[in-house]
Amino acid sequence: MMIDANIKQAILDLQSKYPHRRSALIPALHIVQDAIGYLPLDAQAEVAELFDLPTNEVCAIVSFYELFYDKPQGKHHIHVCKNISCMLRGSDQLIEKLCDKLQVAPGGTTKDGLYTLIPSECLGACDRAPMMIVGKDVVGPVTDSDIEALIAKAVKI
Amino acid sequence: MAEIKVMLKYADNPMQPNIQTAMENGAYATAKKHIGITPPQQIIDMVIESSLRGLGGAGFPTGKKWRFLPTDAKTRYLVCNCDESEPGAFKDRYLIERDPHQLIEGMILASYAIGVTKAFIFCRGEYYLGRHLLQKAVDEATERGFLGKNIFGTDIQLEIIVHPSAGAYIAGEETAQLNSLEGYRATPRLKPPFPAVAGLYGKPTVVNNVETLCSVVHIVNYGPQWFLSLGTEKSRGNKIFQVSGHVQRPGCFEFPLGTPLRDVIAAAGGLLSGRSFKACYPGGSSCSLLVERDLGIHMDFESLAARGSALGTASVIVMDDTTDMVKVSLRLMEFYQNESCGKCTPCREGTRWIVQILERMVKGLGTTFDIANIKRLCNGMSETSFCPLAVGAALPVLSAMAEFPEEFQAAVERNPYGHMHTEMPVSYPYR
Repeated sequence: MMIDANIKQAILDLQSKYPHRRSALIPALHIVQDAIGYLPLDAQAEVAELFDLPTNEVCAIVSFYELFYDKPQGKHHIHVCKNISCMLRGSDQLIEKLCDKLQVAPGGTTKDGLYTLIPSECLGACDRAPMMIVGKDVVGPVTDSDIEALIAKAVKI
Repeated sequence: MAEIKVMLKYADNPMQPNIQTAMENGAYATAKKHIGITPPQQIIDMVIESSLRGLGGAGFPTGKKWRFLPTDAKTRYLVCNCDESEPGAFKDRYLIERDPHQLIEGMILASYAIGVTKAFIFCRGEYYLGRHLLQKAVDEATERGFLGKNIFGTDIQLEIIVHPSAGAYIAGEETAQLNSLEGYRATPRLKPPFPAVAGLYGKPTVVNNVETLCSVVHIVNYGPQWFLSLGTEKSRGNKIFQVSGHVQRPGCFEFPLGTPLRDVIAAAGGLLSGRSFKACYPGGSSCSLLVERDLGIHMDFESLAARGSALGTASVIVMDDTTDMVKVSLRLMEFYQNESCGKCTPCREGTRWIVQILERMVKGLGTTFDIANIKRLCNGMSETSFCPLAVGAALPVLSAMAEFPEEFQAAVERNPYGHMHTEMPVSYPYR
C-alpha cells in the first residue's frame, strides 16, 4: 500500500467536506503527492479506489494539471517563471544560470535528487520579476549574486 | 491623477492578515451591520445601483449576474475565482496575501445577498502562501462566529471551503473552473445554460473574481453613490492596475477606472532609466498591443474596447525600445500552446503550429510565407474554437504584427532561401 491510514483518513475527511465527494479528488491528490513526492500509478489506483472511480479517470486528472507529477521528482521544486514579464526582466538568462549551477537540463533533477528545476508559465508575481518559487516560497527579484545564497538557503527548507 | 486606495488601504500593513488587526481597521464591521438586518434584496439593489462590473476580465455587471439566479432554487453556490493565471496579473495574489479578511467579508455579504450557505474559494495551486493565509482567515472568522452556523448571532449560516487548484490557465474560465471544482479536467462548458442557471453540480452558481468581491464590501459600506462618484460614466469605481515589465517599480496601484495609461505607468516610476516606451499590453497578454500614440488612452472598459484592445485584468505589461516583438510573440504563443486544454482541434493544433513558425523565424529560418500563414492560423482558430482562449492567443500576436510589421519582415528576410519554400513544414506532435 502506498497510502497509509492517516492519509486515507484525511482523504475521507476531505470527501465529507464537499457536497459531492468527487470534488475532493484534486485536493486529495495534493495530499498524496506531498507525502510521496510524486504520483506513481499504484498511488493513483489507490486514490481511484477511495473515490470508486476507474483508475484512468484519476490518470486523466494527473496528466492534465501542471502541478501533478507521475515521475519521481527532486526533494524541492524550483519553479522559474519564464513568461513575458519575467522574460523582459531576464528570466532566460536566469534559467540558463540555474541550469549551469545545478548541472541540470530544464525540467531535470539534480544528481543528488535535491532539486527539480521547472521553467513555468506566469506564477503571478510579476512585480518581483524575474522570480521563482523555491519549495513553497516566492523568491524575487532574483539577481545574479542572489542565486548562490538562495540555493544554500533552500537546502534548509 | 493620484492613486485612491480603498481595497489596498491596509495592504502595506504586515499585520493585516491577522484578524485582530484587520478588525481594528474596520474588517467585518460592514457585514456585522447588515447580516440579518438589511434585507438581502437591498444589498443586491445596492450592487446593481453601483453598476459594479466584474473585475476578473470580462466586465459583466455583477448585480445583473446575481439577479439571474432563479428565485425558486433552494441550493445555490458562490465560487470565488482566485485562479489568477493571466500573464502579467498579480492583483488577486496581492489581495489574498495582504488582506484576506477583506475577501472573506465580501463573500459573507455576497452569500447573504444571494442566499448561499456554502461558498468556495477556487485558489490557484501555486499560491501557497495565499492559500495558507486564506485558510487561516476562514478559521479565525469561524472561531469568532462570522462563519459557520448562526453567523453574527443570526440564524444564517455560511461555510467557506478553500479549494486548491493544480495549475491550469483555462481553469480561470468560469465554466472550466466549475468542471475542475467538480473533480474533472478543466475544460469549458457550452453556454447557455449559464452558471447562474446550471453551474456547480447543476445548481445555480455565481462565479465572482476576488477583486469584485472585495469591491462589494466598500459599496455596501460607503453606499452606491460613493462608488458612482469614481471612474467614468460606464466604468464606475476603482480598479487595481498591475504594472510589470520594463518599469522602475513594478507593483499594484489602485486608480479609478478611466485613469490615463500614462499616469498608471508613471505610478510605477516610469520606464527604466535610459529607455523609452515601445509598447504595452494593457490587460494581461490576451489583448491587443498599445503603442506610444496610445499613452493618453483612458484605462476603462469602453475606451480600450474602442481602440480594439481590452481592459481585461488591467495588467499593464510595459515593453521598452530594446524589446524584440517576434520573441515576445513566440513566448506568448508558447504559453497559449501549453495552456490550451485540447478540447478544440483548431486551438490545440493552431497554437502549436504558430509556435513552430515563430520559432524558425526567431532562428532566422523563416520563409516569406510565414507572416501570411500566422495570420491565417490566428484568424482560423479564433473563429472556430469554443472558448476565448484561442482569441486571446491570436490577439497579442496579430496586433504585434500589425504595429511592428517591419520586425517580422526583417526576421523573415534573414533567411536568404526563405522565398524558396512554399509549404509549411510542421512536425507531428505525438511520436
